[in-house]
This record gives sequence, C-alpha cells and structure tokens, in this order.
Amino acid sequence: MTTPLRIGFIPLVDSAALIVAVDKGFAAAEGLDVELVREVSWSNVRDKLNIGLFDAAHLLAPVAIASSLGLGHVKVPIAAPFNLGINGNAITVSPALHAALMEEIDGDRFDPMVTAKALAKVVAFRRKAGAEPLTFGMTFPFSTHNYQLRFWMAAGGVDPDEDVRLVVLPPPYMVDSLKSGHVDAFCVGAPWNSIAVDLGIGHILHFVSDILVRAAEKVLAVRQVWAEKNPDTVAALVRAAVKAAAFIEEPDNRTEAARILAQPERIGVDAEVIQRTLTGRLKISPDGTFRESSRYLLVGREEAGRPDPVQAAWLYAQMVRWGQTALSPEGVKTAMAVFRSDLYDAALGRRPPEQPPAPFGAFAGPAFDPDDIRGHLEAFEVGRWKA
Amino acid sequence: MNADQSPKIVIVDESPIRAAILQEGLREAGFTQVVHISEMQSLLARIYAVDPEIILIDLENPSRDVLEAMFQVSRAVKRPIAMFVDQSDSASIQASVEAGVSAYIVDGLKKERIKPILDLCVSRFNAFAKLQEELDRTKSQLEDRKVIERAKGILMKVKGLTEDEAYVLLRSTAMREKKKIGEIAQSIITASEMLK
Repeated sequence: MTTPLRIGFIPLVDSAALIVAVDKGFAAAEGLDVELVREVSWSNVRDKLNIGLFDAAHLLAPVAIASSLGLGHVKVPIAAPFNLGINGNAITVSPALHAALMEEIDGDRFDPMVTAKALAKVVAFRRKAGAEPLTFGMTFPFSTHNYQLRFWMAAGGVDPDEDVRLVVLPPPYMVDSLKSGHVDAFCVGAPWNSIAVDLGIGHILHFVSDILVRAAEKVLAVRQVWAEKNPDTVAALVRAAVKAAAFIEEPDNRTEAARILAQPERIGVDAEVIQRTLTGRLKISPDGTFRESSRYLLVGREEAGRPDPVQAAWLYAQMVRWGQTALSPEGVKTAMAVFRSDLYDAALGRRPPEQPPAPFGAFAGPAFDPDDIRGHLEAFEVGRWKA
Repeated sequence: MNADQSPKIVIVDESPIRAAILQEGLREAGFTQVVHISEMQSLLARIYAVDPEIILIDLENPSRDVLEAMFQVSRAVKRPIAMFVDQSDSASIQASVEAGVSAYIVDGLKKERIKPILDLCVSRFNAFAKLQEELDRTKSQLEDRKVIERAKGILMKVKGLTEDEAYVLLRSTAMREKKKIGEIAQSIITASEMLK
C-alpha cells in the first residue's frame, strides 16, 4: 500500500534531497507516493504546511523555529526530522561595491573579518559623502541569509539596522534587483549567486562557510501533531531523504543529480550551474575566476542530514540578538525541540552518534554554548537584544 | 453600513482584472473603502498612506514574503496578523488558501466583520479562476483554428486537394494517431517549413 503525500518546495538547490528522493524513486521504494508542489514564497510554504494542505515541506530552518514559537505569525509547532542542507548560501555584491571593498581591503580578501572591516570603511565613507546607505537583499526575516549577513557585517562594526538597509526579496528577483541597482548586494542560496556572476553583474564575495563552517540551512518540516499521528510515514520519508542525500554526495552521481534538479518543473535552471553548487566549485567573478570549497553545500556528508538541536539553539540566539524575540529558557527549549534528531535516529534504527557534531566554526565571537545564550550574546558589541 | 464603519481594505494584486472583480464585489457588499495596489515598488509607502485594516493579497504573489518582512521590520504599518484570524475556523482558512487569497488583518478587528469579506474574496477568486480557464481555452481554440487553416492551405497546395478534402485528411489522421487536429496541423506546418 502506498501513502500519498503532498510536499511543498521552493526551487533552490538545497531542495535536492527531497527532489531526488522523489524523482529517483527512493520515496516510492519506501511506499510513499509523493506529489512535489513548487511554491513562490516562504510564506506560502509555511501557511500551506500549517493548515495541512502540505504534509511536509522544504523550509528555512528559522521559519520552522519561528512557527513553533509563534513569531511573526500564528503558533504551529513544527518537527524537523531531517536536515536538508548545511551551508549553501553566498554573499554576492555588485561590481561597484566589489571595487569599493577591494579598495579598502587590508589583508586576505576571503577572510570575512577583513571584508567586514572594509565594509565598515565603505559605509563610513558613504555617510560622509551624503550617499544613500547600502542596501542588502535577503530572503526572509526568519532566514539564515538574514542572520549570516548580520553576523558578518556586525563583526566589522556595521550595525545592520542603522548603517545599511536590509530588504527581503524573493530569490528569483535577486539578480534583477542587483542589476537595476535596487540592491548593492545579496545573500541567497544557489543557483542565484552563480546566475548573477554569469550575467557579469555580481561578484561572489563570500561563501557562507567562510562565516560559519557549519550552519543548518533548510529542513524537511512536518507539523508536530502530524508527526505524532504518522510515525511510520515520517520514518519512511526520512529514510528516502537519507538515501537521496547519499546518492547526491556520490561524486559519480553529481551529473545525474544536477540533471534531475534542472528539470523545468523542479528548479528549472541549467544543470551545469546546479552542478557547480553540488561540487562546491563556483565561478566567483565575471572574469572567470573560480573558487572551490568542499564545504559549500553539505547534503549528506558529515551527518548533514541529522538535525542538530544545538543548531536550532544558535538560530534562536540570532532571533534574540536581532530583537525578533526576547530571551527565555522556554524559548530555547521550544527551538531545540524542533530539530528532531530522535526521529532521524529512530527512522534509521540506530543509536545517536557518540561523536558530537562538528562545531559552528564562526569567524567571530566565542564558541556557542546553548546553555549560556545570554553569555554568548553579551560577547557581541552590535545587537538589538535587551538583557 | 456607512463609510465610517466600513473597514479600509487594500487589495495587492498584479492582475488588474481580478482586482477589479474583487473591488466591485466588496463595494456591492457595502465595503466602500477599497484601494487596489498593483505596483510592488512602492508597496510599503502606499500601504502606509492608506493605513488599512485588512490587506488582501494574491497567494501566488512572490511579494508576500516582502510584505511579511515589512510587518516585521516596519513600525509604520500597524502589526497585522496573517489570515488566521480565528484558528478554530480551519475550513474557511483552507478555502481561502485553496482559492489563492491571503488576507492580513490588523489585530483587534472584529471577527464577524472579517468573515463576510473573506467569503466574498474566496468566491470572487474562484469565479476569476474559472473565467481565466475559459479564456485560456478560447485562446487555444482560436490558436488551433489558425494552425488548422494554414495546414489546410499547405495540403491543398501540395496535394491538390479541395478545402473539404484537406480537412477530412487532417481529421482522419488525427483520429488514427489519437492526437488533436491542432497537433497534426502543427506537425504539417513544421514539416513544410523544414522542407522549404
């Protein structure tokens, strides 16, 4: 007997494990008949999941947490039994901003502290000249993109709420907005950074793995009540995703995976551009400069698929740091409970791994301790939170 | 209902026809203060100027995320709560999402005033979807007819057939191949262009 499921996704490369699970038959092998529904906005994905039009969804990890906390919207507790990706975003800047930053750079241009300090100089110079503040695009108030941009610029002394403008743009509008000068830079997932570089209108300044070595990006989200009612289906879905992730990570399969993802009804862009993200070898400048990182996007390697509650606590700490919520012990607990490593382990029929997951590896600030979020936040000079 | 009591409603929709249908319906129902915004560029400024109690937006509009960010960041707009006014009324929420309409409602507006607006939106959105479907069908029929005319012309010229004979040939081929006449006609045009 097969179980029909409707799952929503946004056309981004980090929906890979979900798409491959369906299109390569891993889901069917687990007895799931999945209909993938392509969506246009994170609000839509969240709403359709929340009211039960979707059984599961490709969701920004912070949205799953915000929904469970009732931030910015109604409170619908979410369970994330699988992590769809670690990292995967990049910061792209316009040629003009790139030139201005390179002018001020003092040190290694791939060191985010160096670029953040250069940004602070550009911001100060513009203010003195009476120019408009720089505008940065990101995808949603509750998004890793928002927090990664803020983390980076704040380390250089730039206040993201005072010194620059941060605006939300749907991912497919990023490139046009950079071209038209509506934004000077953006932080977004693949393939949009590569598309801006290919069009000659953007330079990839940083892979987000420069800022945080390991950060949870998207999750496979289900409603908590649904997870409780359908444990076998959740387990089957996790197993299908784990198999798909392993398939994608096999270097020999990358071409095929990219081809599956490139289909018009899936992500709908060139397979070659998608493959760059999967292999972590990206063209970063219109002149053809390439940069390679094995950490660009982790789909299944290094236990990437296993949800890590400490990652949820870090995302919650960012919400607190930027004034989206007040710090509370219940808040931390609720956030951590969204990332269901227990469901993941149960689906695979195994014990939790003995080795703890690799640390965040943030380029600035102290190591993150979920038991002392207050102490952690106090170490940062720029922030919107009230103790 | 007099003008003072009627809540201010903003419709954010890039389709002018659907917005007009909605606007008309709301007016007929006695909601006199309805403003349509189609420009996404100045969305916040316009919303701020109108200061609505209800914002209706097409669900498939990617700017929904932009709108939500405004509510998050901007203190200019009163903090609206997205459509789940009454979480217990899941049937009307579901109907609304299925029809493709999303409503943002400023907290504090009475529930009994929202319900008729949402119901009206859902029925109008559904009516529009039906209209659109019919329009698409008519368009494709029209397109088919043009293609068939051209294919008939080609057959008449190449095979020396009368118009009726050309049509009969097209139709019988379509039946044999289990395809639409339009498809057969299109392949004749494509083939003749390649053979030119």
